[in-house]
Amino acid sequence: MSMAQGEFVALLGANGSGKSTLLKVALGMLRLTAGSISVLGGPAGDANAQIGYLPQRRAFDGGTRLRGVDIVRLGCDGARWGVPLPMPRMIGGPARRRKADAERVEQAIELVGASAYAKRPIGECSGGEQQRLLIAQALVQRPRLLLLDEPLDSLDLPNQATVAAFVARICAQEGVAVLLVAHDVNPLLPYLDRVVYLAAGRAVEGTVEEVIDSDTLSRLYEVPVEVLKARDGRLVVVGQPEPPAHHHDRHEHAHEHTHAG
Amino acid sequence: MQAEPTLTWNLARDVSEVLEYHFMVNALLAGTIVAVMAGLLGWFMVIRSETFAGHTLAMMAFPGASAAALIGVGAAWGYFVFCGAGALAIGRFSRGRTRSWSEQSASIGAVQAFALALGFLFVSLYGGVLGDLENLLFGTVLGISDGQVLTLAAVAAGSLIALAALGRPLLFASVDPDLAGARGVPVRRLSIVFLGLLGLAVAATSQITGVLLVFALLLAPAATAQVLTARPGLSLALTVALGLMIVWLGLGVSYFSAYPAGFYVASIAFALYVLARAWAWAHGASRRRMALTREPTHEGVIA
Repeated sequence: MSMAQGEFVALLGANGSGKSTLLKVALGMLRLTAGSISVLGGPAGDANAQIGYLPQRRAFDGGTRLRGVDIVRLGCDGARWGVPLPMPRMIGGPARRRKADAERVEQAIELVGASAYAKRPIGECSGGEQQRLLIAQALVQRPRLLLLDEPLDSLDLPNQATVAAFVARICAQEGVAVLLVAHDVNPLLPYLDRVVYLAAGRAVEGTVEEVIDSDTLSRLYEVPVEVLKARDGRLVVVGQPEPPAHHHDRHEHAHEHTHAG
Repeated sequence: MQAEPTLTWNLARDVSEVLEYHFMVNALLAGTIVAVMAGLLGWFMVIRSETFAGHTLAMMAFPGASAAALIGVGAAWGYFVFCGAGALAIGRFSRGRTRSWSEQSASIGAVQAFALALGFLFVSLYGGVLGDLENLLFGTVLGISDGQVLTLAAVAAGSLIALAALGRPLLFASVDPDLAGARGVPVRRLSIVFLGLLGLAVAATSQITGVLLVFALLLAPAATAQVLTARPGLSLALTVALGLMIVWLGLGVSYFSAYPAGFYVASIAFALYVLARAWAWAHGASRRRMALTREPTHEGVIA
């Protein structure tokens, strides 16, 4: 498979089919035993500074005493030696760079619409808010490629829809190529350029219309999968892969959000 | 020399009286050095949720001191060697890509049990009661020599320079090991280096507060500061300020009273922590009330 600039590609498949592994290979964290990979015109791992990565998560527990803005900032300068954050100028690096960093952090936070809660301790933010801040962290380096490992996981349905929509918006606005790992393709369907399915050592790729039909998916997962067309033309995938079955507690989540917000 | 030091209402006079005694000057110097060093390393320890590792390193002082007594060298040597070795052992066993938190704490616990067993062995080989047991447990702050102050200053300077160079990647690796690793931060090596620095801080602190009260200076200032603020810069500054306040007040008050310095240092540290929690609770309660009276908003957008 290959990805072009500004493309929005979903990487789908059952647990253990190697989706996260593929991202780690693209980052050069794991080596290929067979085959070849080229990332941003070079061997994997060489251009990691131009890749925004969101590892599989990883919620911050309530006691994490750092603000969202600090977490985003670490995406910018975390790998540089030195003291963390406001310290005497001489130690903290040239003032101009620090100012540029601060501006980029602010832009990234605005881009994901997290300005309202970026100054709160991240442990006190809801799952959706944390996920947005983490995407801002992945975006802060102005990457050419975004690798998002299950950013929709552990979000309730309305949040899955909003996060999918704004990832698509960023992809279009900033010309970033996005490879997004997901379990459930439904919230992503309206936005995807292409999909890649991994299952039992096989892979199928193509546009949504090419790949997402009942026969292809049923063959891939080896269980019956139905692809239905809603009256407005949207596709809905039913059967495997099911979204995680925790929707019964949606009301509790909504409740939490009103408290936190 | 006065028969009985008494606290007067003249603070300047009280302070100058305290500073007339060389042992008090040394105690304050050592306390100041340790407060800064232990506070800053403790801050990272709290962020990294490695308090159990810190506690285990404190226990290393027991085999350290007993081994030193056994071969007849100064206790400080034993502290530094065993705390350093303990840090390496914990780093070796407890930090792996696939290790879960429960597995990590179990292996740290195993290291602790073995260290205490070694200490017990050394004491019985020594063949007598360890003379300074109380000093080991509760510190010898009032008997610190000029040489010890210098050693502490050198160790503190070395570890603070290291921390200043490593601070940002260390914070990154602490809150986000996967991402930091992808961005080229040597996560595993950093965690071992950090444990080594923490071991040094523990060894230095236990000479002031003793093994049992190490957390009064290592954990309490950082934990208190982190309750009060989530801004890293401010939080680090507050940690140092609180540590200095705890040491100076504790030593000062103990000079004028019959009870040991360690008791005051630990009690003041605890009192500050309780006050901070109470403040945060009251603050949170008023914010929750405000949140409830506001128009409820759902942060996800759905029509």
